[in-house]
Amino acid sequence: MKIYRTVKTAMTGLRRNPMRAMLTTLGIIIGVGAVIAMMEIGEGSSSAIQKSIASMGANVLLVVPGTAAASGVTFGSGSRTTLTPEDCEAILRDCPAVRTAAPIVRARTQVVYGNRNWVPPTMLGTTFAFLDVRDWTNLSEGEPFSDRDVLNANKVCLLGQTLVKELFQEESPIGKEIRIKNVLFRVVGVLSPKGANMMGSDQDDILLAPWTTIKYRVTGSPLTTANQSTSSGSSSSLNTLSNVYPGGQPELYPERSAVQAANNPMPIRFANIDQILVAARSSEQIPAAIQQITEVLRERHRIQPGEPEDFTIRDMTEMTRTLTSTTTLMTNLLLFVAMISLVVGGVGIMNIMLVSVTERTREIGLRMAVGARARDILRQFLIEAVVLCLVGGALGILLGHGGSYLVWVFLKWPVETSPTAIAAAVLVSAAVGIAFGFYPAWKASRLDPIEALRYE
Amino acid sequence: MIELNQIYKTYFLGEIAVPVLKGVSMTVAHGELVALMGVSGSGKSTLMNILGCLDRPSSGEYWLEGQEVSHLSTDQRALLRNQKLGFVFQNFNLLPRTSALENVAMPLTYTTDHLSDREARRRAAEMLSRMGLGDRLHHEPSQLSGGQQQRVAIARALINRPSLVFADEPTGNLDSRTSEDVLRMFQQLNEEDGITIILVTHDATVARHARRIIQIHDGVIVDGASASAAKPAETRLDQALSTSETGERP
Repeated sequence: MKIYRTVKTAMTGLRRNPMRAMLTTLGIIIGVGAVIAMMEIGEGSSSAIQKSIASMGANVLLVVPGTAAASGVTFGSGSRTTLTPEDCEAILRDCPAVRTAAPIVRARTQVVYGNRNWVPPTMLGTTFAFLDVRDWTNLSEGEPFSDRDVLNANKVCLLGQTLVKELFQEESPIGKEIRIKNVLFRVVGVLSPKGANMMGSDQDDILLAPWTTIKYRVTGSPLTTANQSTSSGSSSSLNTLSNVYPGGQPELYPERSAVQAANNPMPIRFANIDQILVAARSSEQIPAAIQQITEVLRERHRIQPGEPEDFTIRDMTEMTRTLTSTTTLMTNLLLFVAMISLVVGGVGIMNIMLVSVTERTREIGLRMAVGARARDILRQFLIEAVVLCLVGGALGILLGHGGSYLVWVFLKWPVETSPTAIAAAVLVSAAVGIAFGFYPAWKASRLDPIEALRYE
Repeated sequence: MIELNQIYKTYFLGEIAVPVLKGVSMTVAHGELVALMGVSGSGKSTLMNILGCLDRPSSGEYWLEGQEVSHLSTDQRALLRNQKLGFVFQNFNLLPRTSALENVAMPLTYTTDHLSDREARRRAAEMLSRMGLGDRLHHEPSQLSGGQQQRVAIARALINRPSLVFADEPTGNLDSRTSEDVLRMFQQLNEEDGITIILVTHDATVARHARRIIQIHDGVIVDGASASAAKPAETRLDQALSTSETGERP
């Protein structure tokens, strides 16, 4: 017997009692609809939550130079000057897992406006990418500085809320000029408030300027200096040590061979930066990003295989862990709700199919008498159940999708269409049809034709 | 065509064995119109179920068109029913909310040689017009009278061109006039198409339409086991009536 015939028989069977078929399907429609709506609303919320956690820095990696060492004395991480702005560009260019990267030059000095002064703990020279990495692009006033400002080393800066309060009190700082080490900086924007970070330090007590400006005008250092993030004491002692032991001068990169030098001439002058702040495309891509950055920097710094790296990559393990556990929790919660509603729908189908088998005992007996085999009957009822579930699934997808659309329109909740959920709903509703349709169908196929024919 | 040899059927109600058929032997030749008669509880329904391959005997041989069928599997018997046997029931057993046409075409769904839908419908329509229901093809059973419903059921029994048709109390739910029509239709089918028909009934007026009456009483055949031994229907009927009245065997 062709499967097409069975499907046709099953469809005729369903058409004979459209009301019952519709009520049965309603269970699955609501089940699948709930699943789809939950999935879409849930995914939307989940990705909104992920995004806000990510903005706290879960996707962020920090590349810092390695330690300098001379005569067995190490100076701690960040004490070497190995990172360049070109490294930053190379990371951005060659690492597909990296969304954006910002070079950072640190400074710590006094800021003066009129008769007031303040020393912000974080004074960073960077690019616009920094704001992007920290999800800080919404300024509360003014405009951020541009890449052109960075190229030209323009004397512009962005101020954090705390700094504005300390220096300007009630005034608007936009367009005003402040002095940093007697260099005049024009305030172009005010950052939105971020509050304290997890360690309790005030993130609003900050000044941002193009890294070139900070590097060349504020720190005023020659191009190759010790890292500003270590204390000046250590860098001077580094220099002292170098003087004491000639030849112990810390080399930026390992000695190049004559061939390397000929193949790849290197400019003598270069600027170093203190850190590179990197944002991965997503928290899942952090390990990939770390690996790619390591490869790129090892190559650029000509580190032989087996030699230790002259830089360190730090990730926000705590943040990432929070993010992962939140995501897992959300996914499991959604899955749980989905399972419950589908099981309820499935039990509904089984109920009605059992009733239907009892109600149609005579029909089953008749079909058997005219030559239907047990497996024909089994298939007929199974297909009826599966058809109900698939139709219910299709309508449920529409209902769920419509529902989540309405939620988005009227409640402005974040909603995300989830093709996985749709595919899963179709598969699951077919599976529910088979699983819960099987018992009634099996029961029908076990009937004795003689007794079935006599059934009243 | 049919040859039963020492058929026994015993049902078990828990520990107690209830013998229903106690050594039934009978023959039915091609093209016969036979009535199977007996009071209720005589075992005639059980015998009909075995003859109709719906049930299997506990022991004995059943030869149907030269084939021993008492040992066939459930699926093989289903195939046999589909190809060689037709059934007409007392309560018609039509599918509710389904047109006469589709009711008649239903057994074709289970045939092994596949007809196209159009062919199946054409055959069903043809069969219905033969039954005089050519103008009722798309009526549902609830829109048909009892006699019409039974004629739809007969058309359904004939759709697979069976060689043997069982009619189990075909007139039990009909008034005497429509009963007469239906029975005449059976006679006509028997005479014109040579279809072997077995009427199962307890009603003597129905049995009178058969050319031979097989009497079953208390699980054994008391009369008419083979065509050669048969007396004319009328005489036997009188005997049968007297038997059922007095309860003694002739």
